[in-house]
Amino acid sequence: MSAPTLEIKGLKVEFPTKAGLVRAVDGVDLTVSRGQVLGLVGESGSGKTVTGFAILGLIDAPGRVAAGSIKFEGRELVGLSEEEYRQIRGKNLAMIFQDPMMTLNPVLRVDTQMIEAITAHEKVSHAEARARSRDALGKVGIPSPEERLNAYPHQFSGGMRQRVAIAIALLHRPSLIVADEPTTALDVTIQAQILAEVQKLATETGTALVWVTHDLAVVSGLADRVAVMYAGRVVEEGATDKVLAAPIHPYTKGLLDSLPSRNVRGRPLSQIPGMTPSLGRLPPGCAFAPRCPRVIETCPTKPPESRTFGQDRHARCYNPLGEEAMA
Amino acid sequence: MIAFLIRRIGQSALVVIAMATLVFLGVYALGNPIDILIAPDADQFEKEQAIKRLGLDQPVLWQFWAFLKAAAQGDLGKSFVHGVPAVDLIFSRMPATMELAFVALAFSIFVGIPLGVIAGLKPKSLVGRTIMTGSIFGFSLPNFWLGLMLILIFAVWLKILPAGGRGETVEIFGVRWSMFTADGLAHMVLPALTLALYKASLVVRLAYAGTREAVLQDFVRFARAKGLSYRRIVGVHILKTIMIPVVTVIGLELGSMIAFAVVTETVFAWPGMGKLLIDSIYKLDRPVIVAYLMVVVFLFVIINLVVDVLYSLLDPRVRLADQGK
Amino acid sequence: MVALEAKDIAPTPRAEPAVGKAEPRWKRMAAEFGESKLAVGALVMVLLLCLVALLAPWITPQDPYDLSKLSIMDNMLEPGTQSLDGMTFWLGTDDQGRDMLSAIAYGLRMSLFVGITATVIALFVGTAAGVVAAYFGGRVDAIIMRLVDIQLSFPAILIALILLAVLGKGVDKVVIALVSVQWAYYARTIRGSALVERRREYIEAAQCLGLPKSRVIFGHLLPNAFPPLIVVATVQVAHAIALEATLSFLGVGVPITEPSLGLLIANGYSYMLSGKYWISVFPGLVLLFTILVINLVGDHLRDVMNPRLKR
Repeated sequence: MSAPTLEIKGLKVEFPTKAGLVRAVDGVDLTVSRGQVLGLVGESGSGKTVTGFAILGLIDAPGRVAAGSIKFEGRELVGLSEEEYRQIRGKNLAMIFQDPMMTLNPVLRVDTQMIEAITAHEKVSHAEARARSRDALGKVGIPSPEERLNAYPHQFSGGMRQRVAIAIALLHRPSLIVADEPTTALDVTIQAQILAEVQKLATETGTALVWVTHDLAVVSGLADRVAVMYAGRVVEEGATDKVLAAPIHPYTKGLLDSLPSRNVRGRPLSQIPGMTPSLGRLPPGCAFAPRCPRVIETCPTKPPESRTFGQDRHARCYNPLGEEAMA
Repeated sequence: MIAFLIRRIGQSALVVIAMATLVFLGVYALGNPIDILIAPDADQFEKEQAIKRLGLDQPVLWQFWAFLKAAAQGDLGKSFVHGVPAVDLIFSRMPATMELAFVALAFSIFVGIPLGVIAGLKPKSLVGRTIMTGSIFGFSLPNFWLGLMLILIFAVWLKILPAGGRGETVEIFGVRWSMFTADGLAHMVLPALTLALYKASLVVRLAYAGTREAVLQDFVRFARAKGLSYRRIVGVHILKTIMIPVVTVIGLELGSMIAFAVVTETVFAWPGMGKLLIDSIYKLDRPVIVAYLMVVVFLFVIINLVVDVLYSLLDPRVRLADQGK
Repeated sequence: MVALEAKDIAPTPRAEPAVGKAEPRWKRMAAEFGESKLAVGALVMVLLLCLVALLAPWITPQDPYDLSKLSIMDNMLEPGTQSLDGMTFWLGTDDQGRDMLSAIAYGLRMSLFVGITATVIALFVGTAAGVVAAYFGGRVDAIIMRLVDIQLSFPAILIALILLAVLGKGVDKVVIALVSVQWAYYARTIRGSALVERRREYIEAAQCLGLPKSRVIFGHLLPNAFPPLIVVATVQVAHAIALEATLSFLGVGVPITEPSLGLLIANGYSYMLSGKYWISVFPGLVLLFTILVINLVGDHLRDVMNPRLKR
């Protein structure tokens, strides 16, 4: 068996602040195989976006990857020089950002921004790079791509801009795309279109996807596997259908219960009590313990280790749900 | 674009007329125009002739019309001291000032932008902080005193550069230039440096602020995610973004450079129109003062117009918003 | 509305509803200001310079304007020379035999006086004009703001130069000229924040309550918009001092009988080419130092007040 596309082990990312060292990602393990879609779910501040940036080596100083390993197609990425990283970025490893309004440079034409992405990795003529850019735009469903190449980003709608960003990410047929909530800023209908197209493109090209989102509904329709993050740690991980059908960690269950579509009409929506903890002041034990309905004596003492449930499900919990059923 | 141009030209014309009105009020309504526009040593006959020519026996509104008409034809009276039309005098001195201002402007751009970008990329580093503290220093140095110190150091003590004057000039396209002769260039170094330092500091601060804002933008991160080199990100993505405010301000500062040339030209005895203005103030050569004002107003209006056009060329958002209308 | 609010926090402080809340804000800013040693040092130097200027008549070794105390025999002495009656001229003497150290202290007094007076008057004139424009709106607003636009599009030095050419020399006239070039700046700022504040909820609430416009302007608007303007004015003092020095150097500023630092420099200009540097160099260094420390304080104050650059 060949190496998985992405294998993260014990990743820790730290940011020094005035209040002290903040560990935004604290021991994350993730594995994504070829052509697979991983949904990385969590609330804001859970460390999911930082994990995405860490994969691309885009953690800005003074933040840094403090420990752990990120293996991409068997190659260790942590510790690569900036130039070595640059050669992978955009070519084998691409990223799509949350806000399409901000990711394209407003003062450069779309063709400039696409062609430079090609010539950064391949020695091709300007004309050829342009032709490839035009084809890429056409592939993501942008009408009359030849004309649109000459346009500036603000002449596109939000959905169209995100398509341009996706087209740029796909230019070099990367083996992995990290998508950081790429549909959150879009209308629901456009969101659905883009999800469908990304899924199609991923299966066609065999590209693996890490889809960072706070929206479990998006994950359910898209991802093969899902990892739920809370306060810098992956609290539950497993095949999407299994996790959504029978969550093991109380936090996952809380997230699922607060989805409007899963509630019976007329019953009040359930919600998770309390607030997401600030990363600078985490409780000593399980970070979710203060909000957890199933808290037991062990929980506040020390953080739970990751345990394996069934065939390949993992969770960090002392008092997991449905353990009886699994056993 | 054409509608935009027409609208801007219309606005500019309004400013010129407004300033002409202010100058007219200053000359005619507040002071005694006979004192201001006719040489003090003119005899009775000359005075009467001038009064008739200027229409000073006519109603004020008629006079205003006459003033505007004369001004439009470039007639703003004769210099008392030199005995030639004041406007001609100004135009004969203008190339020297323009040459100085452009060299100083070029200097502040080519030194200021790189320094500002470097400081903006590494604001916490020693280099960045040194550049920014240095720019406050450049801001604080009084223009004229800087000129004096440069003269003291390079002309009096080291004796390697001349203290004043324009040096040898060559005539190209009917205009005399200093910067194309070695001697002229040597004469130009100190005054251009003096004039440029303040603006260079301003450009450093603008480029610094622009760079600091730009590096935090998502498009810079996206550009990195595309695998672009650091050089390309800074040289194209960041530079193009910060050029918009920098060009706007630099353009407007060209006007203030022409104004500040008054000081520099006085210190270095540079025979431009600023020196002419100061000499005219000393000698109470009022027609020249009035003419200088009108010419400078006209110049500023043109500069503002050019800057606006440049700005719309640089920022696609402005350009296209305008096309839509 | 949301985007507009976020953008507009920078120039005007958030409207603090209770008076009591204003104090922690000032305390926090003072604490942040104290973090920069350079800025604190500059502030100390500003205060020291003001003290020297205030006490000049009592602490200088000589009254440079008392002609009976001056001896023409002492003229153009190099720094450190002793006079015939045993007094040491640490910074040398000028062509009148005046002790440069004393002349500089008096010059500093004049420069600071002109700079501060002009800025304070301009602050009030400009604020008044801005309030009038915002209060009456319509045509009054249009006329005042057009005037401001035209004035701000011309360099201050040029306007001041022409004004003084018409008015003639004199301390009062220099102040008038400096006020004329500065007021427009404050007028625009006050009116700008008036327009921003007007859209804020609490102003809308005040208007809904039927409060008269004057109450809104004087009770809500000015208290909020004025403090940052005073901070901006500190930087303007440095500009005013530099401008006054330049005008005096050009010979259209203060009269020869009451020299400022700029005029002292101008006096030494003609002697400099013969190597007698001290008459121009020392007043210039003091002028540079004064402007520099004021700018350093102002620059840091602006950083402290601008939340956008803090990350």
